[in-house]
Amino acid sequence: MNTPPEIHRDDLASKTGMWFFLFTEMLLFGGLFIVYSIYRFRNGEAFHQAAQELNVAIGTINTIILLISSTTIAMSITAIQKKDKRLALLLLCVTIFLGLAFLVNKYFEWGEHIKEHIYPGSAILALRGQGDVLFYGLYFFMTGLHALHIIIGLVFIAVITVKIYRDKINPENYILLENSGLYWHLVDLIWIFLFPLFYLIT
Amino acid sequence: MSTPKDISEPSYLDYKGRYKGIFSWIFSTDHKRIALLYLFSILSFFAIGATLGLLMKFELIAPGKTIMTAQTYNAFFTLHGIIMIFAVVIPGLPAVFGNFLLPIMIGAKDVAFPRINLLSWYLYVAGVSLVLISQFTGQGPPDTGWTFYAPYSFRTSGNMLPAVFGAFVLGFSSILTGLNFLVTIHRMRAPGMTWLKMPLFPWTLYATGWVQLLATPIIGITLLMIVAERTLHIGFFDPTLGGDPLLYQHLFWTYSHPAVYIMILPAMGAISEIITTFSHKTIFGYKFMVVSALAIAFVGYFVWGHHMFTSGMSGTALYTFSLLTFLVAIPSAIKVFNWISTMHQGSLDLQTPFYWAIAFIFVFMIGGFSGLILGSLAANVHLHNTHFVVAHFHFIVFGGTGFAFFGAMHYWYPKITGKMYDPRWANIGLVLFFIGFITLYGPMFYLGFKGMPRRYYDYDEVFHAGNIISTMGSWVLYSGLAIIIINLFASLKNGIKAPSDPWGGKTLEWTIPSPPPVENFNEIPVISKGPYDYK
Repeated sequence: MNTPPEIHRDDLASKTGMWFFLFTEMLLFGGLFIVYSIYRFRNGEAFHQAAQELNVAIGTINTIILLISSTTIAMSITAIQKKDKRLALLLLCVTIFLGLAFLVNKYFEWGEHIKEHIYPGSAILALRGQGDVLFYGLYFFMTGLHALHIIIGLVFIAVITVKIYRDKINPENYILLENSGLYWHLVDLIWIFLFPLFYLIT
Repeated sequence: MSTPKDISEPSYLDYKGRYKGIFSWIFSTDHKRIALLYLFSILSFFAIGATLGLLMKFELIAPGKTIMTAQTYNAFFTLHGIIMIFAVVIPGLPAVFGNFLLPIMIGAKDVAFPRINLLSWYLYVAGVSLVLISQFTGQGPPDTGWTFYAPYSFRTSGNMLPAVFGAFVLGFSSILTGLNFLVTIHRMRAPGMTWLKMPLFPWTLYATGWVQLLATPIIGITLLMIVAERTLHIGFFDPTLGGDPLLYQHLFWTYSHPAVYIMILPAMGAISEIITTFSHKTIFGYKFMVVSALAIAFVGYFVWGHHMFTSGMSGTALYTFSLLTFLVAIPSAIKVFNWISTMHQGSLDLQTPFYWAIAFIFVFMIGGFSGLILGSLAANVHLHNTHFVVAHFHFIVFGGTGFAFFGAMHYWYPKITGKMYDPRWANIGLVLFFIGFITLYGPMFYLGFKGMPRRYYDYDEVFHAGNIISTMGSWVLYSGLAIIIINLFASLKNGIKAPSDPWGGKTLEWTIPSPPPVENFNEIPVISKGPYDYK
C-alpha cells in the first residue's frame, strides 16, 4: 500500500535549473560591476593610479590557471562520457589543484597589500584619498566574493570526485559533474571580467 | 474520481513516510506538505507583523507619546516592514499556493527539485530567525525602516547585521523557489498542455519566477555591500569615503520595485482562477491575461526610479521613470477589464472566495489609481514621504496581495484540507475585514494629502481626527482577521467533508480527490482542451 513516492530523474531539468542559477550569479556580480563602473567614471584618475600598483604578473598567472582548470573540468566530463573513470578522476584532481593554486596566489597578493596597510578601513589607505579607498574597497570585495565562489566550487568538485570514485556518478548519470562544470566555468568567466577591470585598464 | 481508488491511495495528510510525527513534515519533500509548512510559518509571522501594526496604530491614536517612545516606534515599523515584506507578502502566494497547486494545475507529481524546495523553506525560517534575533541582541533593534537606506543603515547603533543578513537569506530562499517553479513549468507540464493551455495561476507564477530570479540577486549583493560597509568600512555608500548613498537607493529599488510584482502577480493569477470558476465562464481574453502578466513583469524592471523622484535625479531620468510608471498601469488595467468582462453574462455563484475577488478588484483599483497620482512628478513632490504613500502601498500590498491571499485560502481550502469552511463566519469575517481595511487606510490618503509625514510616532493636532478614525479601523480589521483565521481552524474540525470539485472548477486540481493523494495523479492526465473549458 504505502509505496514511497517515485524517484523522478530529468537531466535536462537539472541543467536548466543550473543555467537559471547562473543567471542569478551573473546579476549578483552585475550589481558590483555597475558600482565599479560608476565609481571608475567619477574617480578615473585615482583608479588609474591605483590599478598600476596591482601585480599584473600574478593576475595573469591566475587567469591562465583558471582557464586551464576550466579546460580540465570540461575534459573530465568527456572522459566520463567515454567511460574512462581514472582519467576523469585525474582531471578533477588537477582542477582542484589549480583552484587551490589560484587561492594561494590570491593569498600572497592580498597579503602583500595588507602588509602595506592597504585594506578597507585602513587609516593609511584613507590618507591616499577617496578614489583609492573606493578602488581597493571594490578590489577586496569583488575578488573576495570571487574567491568565495572558488572555494564553494572547489567543495562541489571535491564532493563530485568522491562520488565518481564511489561510482555514484557514472557514464549513465553524470549530470552533477556537468552542473559543477557549468558553475566552474562561470566562476572562471567572472574572473575574465575582473582581471582586466582591476589589473589591465590603467 | 471513484471512491474505491480514494481508499487505496492515502491522501498527502495521512501518508506514512519514513519519518514520524513532526519529522514527517519538516523532512518531507512533498510539495503539498512544504506548502503547509510555509502556510503555518507565514501565518505566524503575519500575526506578529499585524500585531506590531496594531500597536503602531494605537500609538497614533493621539499626538505625543501614547504607549511607546519614538525609538520603539522606529523599531516597530522597521520590524513590521521587514517581516511583512520579506517574510509574508513576497513568499505568501507563491510559496504557499504556488507550491501546493502549481504541480497539480500543470498535471505533475511534484516540483522539479523537491529537495531544493524543502531547502528554500529552511532558508526562509533561518532568514526570519536572523531578523528576529536582531531584535534581542546587540545594541537595540534595527531602526532604519525595511529599506535599510544608506548612510543611516551603517551609522545607526541598532543591530543591523543580523537583520540585513536575514533579508539576504530570505532573498536566497525566494530565488530558489522561483528557480524551482520556472524549471517545473518548463519541463513538467502534462502531455498536451502547451503554453497556451496552461491555467493563469501557473502563468503568473512563471512571470513571478523570472522576477524572483533576475531581480533578487541585486538586493542580495546590495545587502552584502551594507554588511561589508558596517564590518569593513569599505565606503560603497558612505559620502565621507567617496561613496554615494543615492547609488544605494538605485540598487535597492532595482530589486524592491520588481518585488512589488512578485507580490501582486500571483495574486492576480489567483483572482483570475477564482473569477472564472465562480462565473462559470471561460476567462475573457486569456491571451491578453498571459501577455499582460509578462508585460507587467518586464516593464516592472524599469520603473524603480519612481521611488526616488525627490532624491535627486536628472530631469530626463525623472520623465522617463514617470512615463514608464504610467505604462505599467496599462497591463494592470487590461487585467481588471478582463475580470469584469468575465463576470459579464456569466452564471455567478456568490461564494466567499468570489466576494474576496470583488473586494480585491475594488481595493486594487484604489491602490492603482493612487499609484498613478504618486507616479506623476509634480504630485509626487507634494506627497512623497507622507501618509498618502503609506495608504497607497497598503492598498496594493495588503489590499491586493492580502485580499487575494485570503480569497485563495477560501477557494482552495476544500482542496487542501478536505473540509468545507463555514461560509457564514467566513462572510462575516470578510465584511469586518473589508470595513476595517477601508477605515484604517482610507483616512491616510487624506492625512497624507494634508501633509502628515510617515514614520513619526507623533503628529500635529490638526491630523488628530483622521488618525482616530484610522486607529479604530485597525481594531475592526484585526477582529475581522481573527474571525477569518479562527473560522478556518474551527472548520478543520467541524467542517463537512469536501467533494473533489465543490465549486465546479475546470482546472486540474478539481479532478483529483480532496485532499489530494501523495502522488497527486494516478495517471498523468493528457490535456486536449484549454484550461477554462465551460462550453
